[in-house]
Amino acid sequence: MIRALVKRELRSLFVSPLAWVILAVVTLILGWIFLLQVDLFLRIMPRLALYRHGAGVTALVVMPLFHSAIVILLLVIPLLTMRLVSEERRQKTLELLYAAPLSTLDLVCGKYLGILAFLGVLLFLIFLMPLSLQLGTHLDWGLVASGLLGLFLVMAAFAAAGLYLSSLTEQPIVAAISTFGLLLFLWIIAWAAKGHGPGSHVLRYASLLNHFQAFGRGEVRMSDIAYYLIFTLIFLILTGRRFDADHLEH
Amino acid sequence: MAENLIDAHNLSRSFGGRPAVRDLDLTLERGEILGFLGLNGAGKSTTLRMLAGTLAPSAGRITIAGIDLLNDPKSAKRKLGYLPEQPPLHPELTVSEYLRFCAEIHGVPRARIRTTIKNAQEKTGLMGVERRLIRNLSKGYQQRVGIAQAILHDPEVLLLDEPTVGLDPAQIQEIRALIRSLGEAHSVVFSSHLLAEVQSLATRVIIIHEGRLAWSRPLTRTLADPPASSYRIGLRKAPSPEEVIGRTGARGITPLGDGWFRIAPSEETASDFPERFLDRAVREGWAPFGFIAEETSLESIFLELTRGDPSTPTEVVS
Repeated sequence: MIRALVKRELRSLFVSPLAWVILAVVTLILGWIFLLQVDLFLRIMPRLALYRHGAGVTALVVMPLFHSAIVILLLVIPLLTMRLVSEERRQKTLELLYAAPLSTLDLVCGKYLGILAFLGVLLFLIFLMPLSLQLGTHLDWGLVASGLLGLFLVMAAFAAAGLYLSSLTEQPIVAAISTFGLLLFLWIIAWAAKGHGPGSHVLRYASLLNHFQAFGRGEVRMSDIAYYLIFTLIFLILTGRRFDADHLEH
Repeated sequence: MAENLIDAHNLSRSFGGRPAVRDLDLTLERGEILGFLGLNGAGKSTTLRMLAGTLAPSAGRITIAGIDLLNDPKSAKRKLGYLPEQPPLHPELTVSEYLRFCAEIHGVPRARIRTTIKNAQEKTGLMGVERRLIRNLSKGYQQRVGIAQAILHDPEVLLLDEPTVGLDPAQIQEIRALIRSLGEAHSVVFSSHLLAEVQSLATRVIIIHEGRLAWSRPLTRTLADPPASSYRIGLRKAPSPEEVIGRTGARGITPLGDGWFRIAPSEETASDFPERFLDRAVREGWAPFGFIAEETSLESIFLELTRGDPSTPTEVVS
């Protein structure tokens, strides 16, 4: 039954031009950034050769690409998640799901895995770019894997927040803007923590960005994984509670 | 007694402190087509949503085919097919994609999905449009898709909320014929604010007024009905009400003006009340000029409710 929900979510995404346009735009922009990085790498390569333990192509091309990808995702994921629930609320199709023999858990999982599957496609497209480097050089696969894991966790967290905010409103655009606002805020929250004032480490911990940094260096830390998983879980639970509240409306 | 498919007790629901449904008791027996009749805002949709499990009641309990809807919603909902007031359609899908999705979320086994969809399409007259986008279908066809969605998993109980609203007269006839045929295999609850619709479709009627059950009775269709519970009588030379009661064995009489009265027979006299009353009236010289059996006239009850006089129907029924 969850599979049916996932399938329908994907189908609805792919029959709308939005999904295709987003895939195209993200690929185009990241492709451009990727080429710029490769170009930069080729220019500084002779100097790098002088260092015995200099940074390799993975650190100089792939990781900056992943960092740029996160900024793009911050803009794009709210647009993908905005319609998840709000559209159904507007079309009154939520009644169909509520009247079907589905638990709240089924509903949340179906919706979430649907969008996650789409983001998986996006992640794969992003991954194809560094993979193409393998034709001419050797990649540091550990570093790439760490970066991909980090990128996936960031996507999962973004999508969970987007799903929740979409479940709150009937208007997709409201969901998109509030999701973008929330994610951006959690992104820049650490900017206030430049000094060593009281609570600055709390702000630094809360930041979505800070937890990605270690993945970018190839460090997979349980604390970072836990941060994204808890973030995701909180928003999924909130979404479930929102669904339950619909039965109790007003 | 046959097991009831729906048993609802003391259902209540309020929205923001304003009661929408109050202390409603409701049963649906196997093979019945139950019509909810009521004005807009009377609480029909709220009641249906509670029965469908999409809205939790503020108080009361519901069992569907013996399963408690609030404790075990998953099993109970398998027995239900529900068409909300606005059909829950995904306009971006084709008819067959949509029906497949509905079959899957209702847990129809994979191997049976194809035949299930085909059956539902045949029953609802959707053959030939399965590849069209729902967005491009007419309102009547969209309504059919909504009904197809509700009957797909062969539920024992069908809940249809205003199934003919917004359709043109020809479509209304088609949908009514469809509901009538569905009534042969399923038990149906449907709501309507149209009297004629309920009269032509339902085997039993429930009138809901201001959230309360105002009237509930089988719609008898044969001449061998039980005797009427009240009569409207026109008398040119009417005696005092006490005299009428004393001479005819009537239980009560209410003057309606212009020489008309509403008379309720007592239980002993009910079986042959019309003959006896008219005979008496002629012999006493009351000069009767009109006589109408009211029980079958659902219309009078409904119209009086419409006028906002909630005291009348209970008087008629009692």
